[in-house]
Amino acid sequence: MTAPTPASTRPAPTPATAAPVTPALVKRHHWIVRLTHWATFVLLVGMIGSGLQIYTAYARFGERGGPYYINPFQDREFPRSIRLGGWLAGGLNWHFTLMWPFIAAGLFYLSYLVVSGEWRSLLFRPRDIRGAIEMQKYYLRLRKEHPAQGKHNPLQKLAYTFIIFLGVLSVLTGFAIYKPTQLAWLTALFGGFQAARYWHFWAVWFFTAFLVVHVILVFVVDPASLRAMITGWYRGRFPSHD
Amino acid sequence: MIDRRGLLRLAAGAGPASLVAACGWDGGNAIRPALLDVSRLNDWVGEKILFSAHRLAPQYPVSERTAHLPSYFISPMTPMLKDPATWRLLVTGLVRRPVSLSLDDLKALPRTTYTVKHHCVEGWSAIATWHGVPVSTIVERCEPLPEARFIRFVSFDSDYSNGWDLASAMHPQTILAYGMNDNPLPPAHGAPLRLYSPTKLGYKLTKYLVSMTFTAQRPGGYWEDQGYPWFGGV
Repeated sequence: MTAPTPASTRPAPTPATAAPVTPALVKRHHWIVRLTHWATFVLLVGMIGSGLQIYTAYARFGERGGPYYINPFQDREFPRSIRLGGWLAGGLNWHFTLMWPFIAAGLFYLSYLVVSGEWRSLLFRPRDIRGAIEMQKYYLRLRKEHPAQGKHNPLQKLAYTFIIFLGVLSVLTGFAIYKPTQLAWLTALFGGFQAARYWHFWAVWFFTAFLVVHVILVFVVDPASLRAMITGWYRGRFPSHD
Repeated sequence: MIDRRGLLRLAAGAGPASLVAACGWDGGNAIRPALLDVSRLNDWVGEKILFSAHRLAPQYPVSERTAHLPSYFISPMTPMLKDPATWRLLVTGLVRRPVSLSLDDLKALPRTTYTVKHHCVEGWSAIATWHGVPVSTIVERCEPLPEARFIRFVSFDSDYSNGWDLASAMHPQTILAYGMNDNPLPPAHGAPLRLYSPTKLGYKLTKYLVSMTFTAQRPGGYWEDQGYPWFGGV
């Protein structure tokens, strides 16, 4: 289990006369984590942009003639400014190009998590449920002090575990609609070609929602984590390690 | 605090992403050729790794057929033969025995029937029944030369054509279809004869056929030459 954060590094309120406590500078992210983090961000933007271009060619889900799946974007065209590829073939070629580095970055990152053992500080497990509730209480101001945490708090673990799961799901549903005949077993696993398309499309909105919340929390809760994701070094409120 | 160096590095990452996203781009002259190179690589992956010469596409009960299958052609009006009686399918190119087949010749050959899902590159899918002669039957009759590696299928729909790898053409479910949903093939779907296979996207399935030519060089195609994936396998 995680050792509690040493009191000296906590952002404890200091008397106005005392010198402010400077948090320790700690190494936070391995270069593989930083590289794959930013690569995934850029590639994901490209995957989503080209995906929305492809979606424009047939903006609904379900076999021809219906019934169609519930979709607030049915028959809608996304703005040209957020589409990538210009037309269907362009969108496909971007999508089927970026998918390889996207998959490679994901596998590189997952391999790092496994080899380094860092998956332990990232994977949300049943024992994190209680801590997640405490964190939620803190965010809802039902509890005053920030609960003690390791490298990531239980809600972060939940979010990062979910986003890795979402990445895997988007790649698998992608293959299911890329080769629905050769990989018919995979397509069937997702409920068929149109259902797999549907889940592939929903992954976009989960990624987008994650991105928005992720960026807001970085700036609101822990701005120092942005520098840590760029340089690897962290000087801020939560310097402890697992 | 974000230091200046960090900010620059962030900008270096986010800059290209937002630039690309803002343009609605097909990559421009700088990137498009690279995308097409990767598309060639994907053709190779599709043909050599993911495609199986023996794996059959799932079949569906007739009751699941789609009521209306959209019709696609590039001519301004539905392509129709002036004199259907004189129509022939010309099988030529790198073969020992070029043949010319009438519709009756084709109907006299063993018939394959299946009800399968059609996958369009646009993203829609529909189920229909098709019947016709396996392409492999024709290939056996015309005896291709060893150097023949591709087949070029040509139509009378404004010269619409497609190039196929031999392995996909020889797949047991790749047929020259003269019937759809238990009826003769309608003009909207490629009468009198079209290529059909549940292993390819719709744009690879040449309608209004007039010839199939065996080649050593990879033939282009109407959409393929404009940037669509050449292999187009599903």
